[in-house]
Parts: sequence; C-alpha cells; structure tokens
Amino acid sequence: MTGGSETGGRVDSPAHIPEPLFSEIVAAVGGARPSEFRGQQRIVVPPERIYDALAVLRDRYGFDMLVDITCVDYLNYRGATDRFGLVYVLTNTEQNKRLVIRCYVNDPNPAVRSVVPLFEAANWLEREVWDMFGIRFEGHPDLRRILLPEEFTAHPLRKDYPLQGRGERHNFPVITRESG
Amino acid sequence: MPLTPSVFSDDSARNEPQPYLWTLNFGPQHPATHTTLRLVLKLEGERVVDAMPDIGYLHSGFEKIGEHLDFNQYVTVTDRMNYISPMANNVAWHLAVERLLGVEVPPRCRYLRVIIAELARISDHLLCLGAMGLDTGAFTHFIYAFNPREQIYDIFEALCGARFTNSYTRVGGLMHDASPKAIEMIRRFVADLPRALDDMDRLLLRNRIFRERTEGIGLLTREEAINRGCSGPVARASGVTRDLRKDEPYLAYRDFDFRVICAKQGDCFARYLVRMGEMRESLKIIHQAIENLPPGPVNVGDEKRVAIPDKKVVFTTIEGLISHFELVMWNRGFATPYDELYTATEAPNGELGFYIVGDGTQTAYRARCRPPSFIHFALFPHLIRGHTLSDVVAVLGSLNIIAAELDR
Repeated sequence: MTGGSETGGRVDSPAHIPEPLFSEIVAAVGGARPSEFRGQQRIVVPPERIYDALAVLRDRYGFDMLVDITCVDYLNYRGATDRFGLVYVLTNTEQNKRLVIRCYVNDPNPAVRSVVPLFEAANWLEREVWDMFGIRFEGHPDLRRILLPEEFTAHPLRKDYPLQGRGERHNFPVITRESG
Repeated sequence: MPLTPSVFSDDSARNEPQPYLWTLNFGPQHPATHTTLRLVLKLEGERVVDAMPDIGYLHSGFEKIGEHLDFNQYVTVTDRMNYISPMANNVAWHLAVERLLGVEVPPRCRYLRVIIAELARISDHLLCLGAMGLDTGAFTHFIYAFNPREQIYDIFEALCGARFTNSYTRVGGLMHDASPKAIEMIRRFVADLPRALDDMDRLLLRNRIFRERTEGIGLLTREEAINRGCSGPVARASGVTRDLRKDEPYLAYRDFDFRVICAKQGDCFARYLVRMGEMRESLKIIHQAIENLPPGPVNVGDEKRVAIPDKKVVFTTIEGLISHFELVMWNRGFATPYDELYTATEAPNGELGFYIVGDGTQTAYRARCRPPSFIHFALFPHLIRGHTLSDVVAVLGSLNIIAAELDR
C-alpha cells in the first residue's frame, strides 16, 4: 500500500556505501544480518562486540562521528525476538558515508560496554538511554540520570510504562518556602 | 537531572580539599540562559574551573507523546522543540515520515518547504546573533535583529495563520498552498533583509567590546568538534565542512546554487560570522526558489492515500470522498512499513534527525528526535573551562542552546 518503489530505494544517495566495501565492513565488525531500507544501510552486531565494532569502524573505515545513540523497546512488536534494540548512527565526515549499527539486549540485565572512550559525543547520549530505558553502559564515566530527577524510579520510554506515568511526579516531596 | 543540595552539602564534599573557592549556581532562571537550564559553576575568583550543566527542567516527554499521536498530530509537538524555528522542525519531521512511507512530495511542495526551512534558519540565526549581542552588551544590535524576525512571523502568518507554532506541513504535502500575497511578502523580505544584515554587521563587526569578548573564547578544534558529534554552524565554525543540504541533499536543495559557510578559528566570533554568512546564503536559496517556484499541486495525489484530498475533489468525485473518509477514520488511514529509518536534515542549529519505527499504524512505534542543542550543550563545560564568568553568556549565546529542544 505504501509502495515506495519509485523513490524508496535511495541508492543514489551519496551517503550510500558501495558494495564490496560494505561487505568488507560487515565482515570486519563481525556483524550479521546486513540490511538496507530506503538506502540506509544497517548492520546488527552482538552486544558484547559493540565497542570493538565501533573502534574498527572509527579507526579503519573513517567513521569518525557518532551522530546518535538511541534505543527502541520492541515489547509486543511484530516478529521481534529481543526486547531492546540499541541504535548507533555513525557518519564518515571525510567521505560522507552513513551507517547504522544495531545491537539487541534483553532483560534481566540489559547492558553494553560504553563507547565514551571512542566518542565523547556518547557521554550524554548514553546517559539519556540509561535514563529512558534503563540500559546500563558499563565503563561510562558518569552514568547518572540526565533528564529526569534522580529520585525517579522508572524508565519511562519503555513500552510497559504508561503515558500518564505511575504517579512518581505527584509523589515528589513538596518543598515549601519555610522548610526550604 | 536536577542536582540536589545533598551533592554539595554532604560531608565528603566538604572534607576533600577544594581547588576552587566558590560554587555559583547559574540558572535555571537567568536572563542569559534565555530558557530554563542550569549550570553549577566552580569558580576560582572570576575564572571558571569547571561547569556542571544540569538539564531536564523542561522535559515534557515529547518522545513518549510521539508514540501516541499520529504522524499528522505530532507535528504540533515538533513546533515546541526548537520554537525559534518551528518550520524547520515541521519539515524535518514530515520528511522523516515520508521517507519511512516511501512517499515523494510534488516539486512545488519541495520548493515551498525549502523556502520555509530557510526562512526558519534566518529567523533562528537572527535571534541567536541578536541575543548574543545582547548578552555581550550590544542592545541596539538585538533590536536590529528582531525587526526582520517580525517580518518572518508576518510571512508565516500569511502562509498558515499561525505566527509562532506553525504546524504548516502535513504527511505528503502542506496545510495549503502559499497565497500570492505570501509569495509577494517573501519577495519583499528577500529584498529588504540584506540592508538589515549590513546594519548588524556595521554595528558589531568593528565593535571592540564585542570582539574582545568573543574572539578566542570557547575554542573548539576540528577534531574535537567531530569527536563530540557537533553539527551545523558550531561544527562549521571549527572547520568541519559538513552541511547536509550539500552532503545528503534532501527536498530540492540539489537545484540551488549556494555556498557552505565555514571558518577555521572555532571561537565564539567564528560562530557569529558563520551564522551571519549562512543567512546571506539562505537568502540566495529563497530567492532562487521563489523565482523558480514550480506550478502544480502541493499535496501528493489520491493514489498515495496519505494526504487528505482537496475539498473540491472531495465534494465532486467519489474517489476523493472515499479517500477522505479512509484517511480521517480512526481505524483506517494509511499503512506504514514494519521498519525503521533515521532521517536527518540540516536544521538551523545543526543536524536534526528523527529515528522513526513504523508498526503498520499511523502512529510511530518510536519517534526519537536527535536534537542538536543536546549534543552542543554537552560541549559547554569543555568550552568554558579556564575562561571567566562573563564569558559564560558569550559561549552560551554562540552555541544557541534552546532548552525546549534540549530537554524535549
């Protein structure tokens, strides 16, 4: 129904990685399930290899900018086998290429190694993912909540968290002028 | 995350030897933060030893809301992210949705979206530079910058009826076509603005106070800019020649002749110059777009089944009537693929990206926004270390932190 055939495959995009190189990258990062959607290339990497994969991509293939780290909670998503999908968007600023690296982590202890030693940009991005999804980044220098107050007990972007909240905000202690 | 007083008042903090003398709380309510953000500064005399940004005061769960509002409703929330240039956010959001759906909008819509996105860029840069002048003591400059912004608001009002929170775009098109009056207003604006920019330049470029307060302040090298994920004017002022309008041309940017403004110094003054130059380039783009505006519809046709058809079509043809009903009924609408896509645009502040996960419905399963302010504010402690307290406002102004976008 959406039928994006005429524009969907944006293989003419300059950010597209040409084929022999892309296969080489997939092999070099130990990735699996290389896929492409609307011209965006993605590789799935096992969570324990994410640091090494990003290090290889940065040092050998020139992906020097980490644009974004985000997470998707696949609870009840059609065909999903894992709970959380971490998404790393990388850019090669010299050759203008873009690559999305994904890895999947699961309860009860969703954790991956922090990539802050590789990319300083990951610092706040990983803190945000921890804040919103409760995924632990091992080796992060300062893994505190970033947007929510530190007394907050939940990770609200998880799919089992209701839109209206569970009353955390209403139960915050009220500080009056006299007591403060 | 608000830093509670306990962090500063517990005994361990008191007993360890402190290399600094003062802890200064800057914000959350302070005229120079412009919005609600907080800095905890460690000072030694007037010199800033360290800064701890403390954000989250304006967090309103935009990404959670994005999982409950449909693609057309959510555009009103994107208005409220970077509210200095809401049109740029509208364009970014619907471009991301349309890429996910595989819909390409007609040429006239592409051109109009380029025009509004560039007007939004000018509006954003005018506010940023005006406020930067204001914070460093040049009040007149601020007034000169705000005058053309008023004209842009008038244009937006003529285009879509709203001055501030525009919500002008729709999936597969725009709210409605630009009227001849609005096009005439844009032409007049393109003719008028260079004079205002020249005035701004004359007011500030040779102003010794302004230059001494911005030159060499907040230095960011090229390597750091890349490693810390900077984009937009902040990165380009440090010599990163990256502009998504050129590197990954979206909409109709391939058709226009413009330059990417870069500088090498990487200080606050360089960021000022880059923004100033970008406004002149934006004017060139708007001029080319408005003079070559293609005729034709602004929305995709019925066969795509994403945009509500024109009222005339709805009232006179059965196909139009059916597709109108299909789109507005809550259990119908259009289908999205079960897939995910990151789409980035060059917003005034930098790379504004949306990572959208589709789940077959008209509502995003996940609507991640990659806000440039968030990335740039993480830089702040690095940029301010070693400078004086009065440089805090100059650096904040040059980064153009919009707290609503920072906290979402």
